[in-house]
Amino acid sequence: MSVAVVDPRLGWNLVEDVRRLFDYAFMVNALRAGSLVAVTAALVGWFMVLRRQSFAGHTLAVVGFPGGAGAVLVGASAPVGSFVFCVLGAAVLAVAGSRRDRPATDGATIGLVQAAALACGFLFATLGGGNVNAAGSLLFGTFLGITGREVGLLLGVAIVAVVTLSALARPLLFASVDPDVAAARGIRVRALSFVFLLLLAVAAAAAAQITGALLVFALLVLPAATAQALTTRPARSLLVTVGVALAVTWLGLAIAYYSPWPVGFWITTVAFGAYVAARGAATSARRWA
Amino acid sequence: MIVSEEFFRNALLAGTAIAAACGLVGYFVVLRGQLFAADALSHVAFTGAVAALAAGIDLRIGLFAAVVAVSMLLGALGDRERGRADDVVIGSVFAWVLGLGVLFLSLAASRPAGSGGTAGVSVLFGSILGLDRSQAVTAAVVAVGVGVAIVAMARPLLFASVDPAVAAARGVPVRLVGLAFLVVLGVSAAEATQAVGALLLLALLAAPGVAARRLTTHPYRGLALAAGLAVVGLWVGLALSAWIPVFPPSFTIVAALLLVAAVPSAIG
Repeated sequence: MSVAVVDPRLGWNLVEDVRRLFDYAFMVNALRAGSLVAVTAALVGWFMVLRRQSFAGHTLAVVGFPGGAGAVLVGASAPVGSFVFCVLGAAVLAVAGSRRDRPATDGATIGLVQAAALACGFLFATLGGGNVNAAGSLLFGTFLGITGREVGLLLGVAIVAVVTLSALARPLLFASVDPDVAAARGIRVRALSFVFLLLLAVAAAAAAQITGALLVFALLVLPAATAQALTTRPARSLLVTVGVALAVTWLGLAIAYYSPWPVGFWITTVAFGAYVAARGAATSARRWA
Repeated sequence: MIVSEEFFRNALLAGTAIAAACGLVGYFVVLRGQLFAADALSHVAFTGAVAALAAGIDLRIGLFAAVVAVSMLLGALGDRERGRADDVVIGSVFAWVLGLGVLFLSLAASRPAGSGGTAGVSVLFGSILGLDRSQAVTAAVVAVGVGVAIVAMARPLLFASVDPAVAAARGVPVRLVGLAFLVVLGVSAAEATQAVGALLLLALLAAPGVAARRLTTHPYRGLALAAGLAVVGLWVGLALSAWIPVFPPSFTIVAALLLVAAVPSAIG
């Protein structure tokens, strides 16, 4: 393990400890990638939580796994493979859900898509030299091995996501809160749904690079759930979501750097702690008001 | 003949019982729209099993303890009228449980015994052909228990699922029934983890239920059909993996189950 070679120790000088986080190129890349993923996942996740599409989000995050495993099997790049599969997954969910008036909230279809994706992922990982342990890194992520090129890919994805989302924010918000009235006012609710699923898939593929396909979910759901427990005003809530996502990612990476335990554990634990604290604060504020 | 092999007969015994139980539970999971909860509990099963590995105790203790604890937590956090947990609550608990799973996986891998990594993979993807006689018998007994529990609570559960408000007015304890169902769901998820693994068991729960709901609107017929389709899917999957050994059994079982779900969808 490369961590054992580096073996950083936490000192009393906090400034020095923070500075030492940037000593190694792998750590700098991890912080860059983490920040990009945090912003992308936070913004998309905010709408996902608002639309109650966490199951679809988790499924799209997992869909990256067969993509990555399949790409490795045919000798292509894993990030590109997982990206392609996420887009395919979003299209399947959108088409399968489009028969009903609220696309992709049909749990049964989502469940079947996820089952199919995981089965394919397992098959590809098994066929790919029989090293199923590689599946572990696709699922849980290896943030220590991120290259500069991958950071560039993540930056591109982040820009696409932010631009698309800011263009769609108002109609998407309207369609998410009250789809019937939005449709009556001439908003193309179904098309918006598909575009949003696509965006969710892209964010999931990007986030899968840092926390692994399974843990993407934490960055999508927890910051948004935290913010929505604290405030109901959309703009403020979105800002809080991004702030929480960045803080949680940086803190998780920093703690993991000085700890023998994995970064996925630290990021989810810090994020879950923030969520529980926000829920607690909201409940007690309501009680004292 | 592979059927005369001891390991294959164990797989057939445990697999048939587990599939039937998951078919019954899965019918209600689809009816109640609780696939996300099932998804979450399957990952809780993974975390529980890996925690047991890290602590060096029997896998199954961790499996069952974790799923029962989290299913009760989800039931407690669920909304009062319908007894079902909110999407965001499930998602948040789920995300953290995954993080814990990663932690226990790394702790298990660093144990001196050293087989933590491969055992973790077998929890994720199952090892139905690796069950010994006593494991298979235990799995079958637990699966029969799950089946009996579902049949026993079928009537109130059906009522509470289809129309919670009227059921509550007629004196059905909707919340309690919802909680009991989540616990049964958790136990069957822990069971199925041994057969197809934590990541693939959603297919075992979802596919037969979806197919049965497409084929009939009659609830009891649907319940029986779901169990039957799950068992058929498992048998076909086992036979396929015996026939084409390159494909791992967990994959062929899930593929057969998905085919079972896809055929009625394509016709209907």
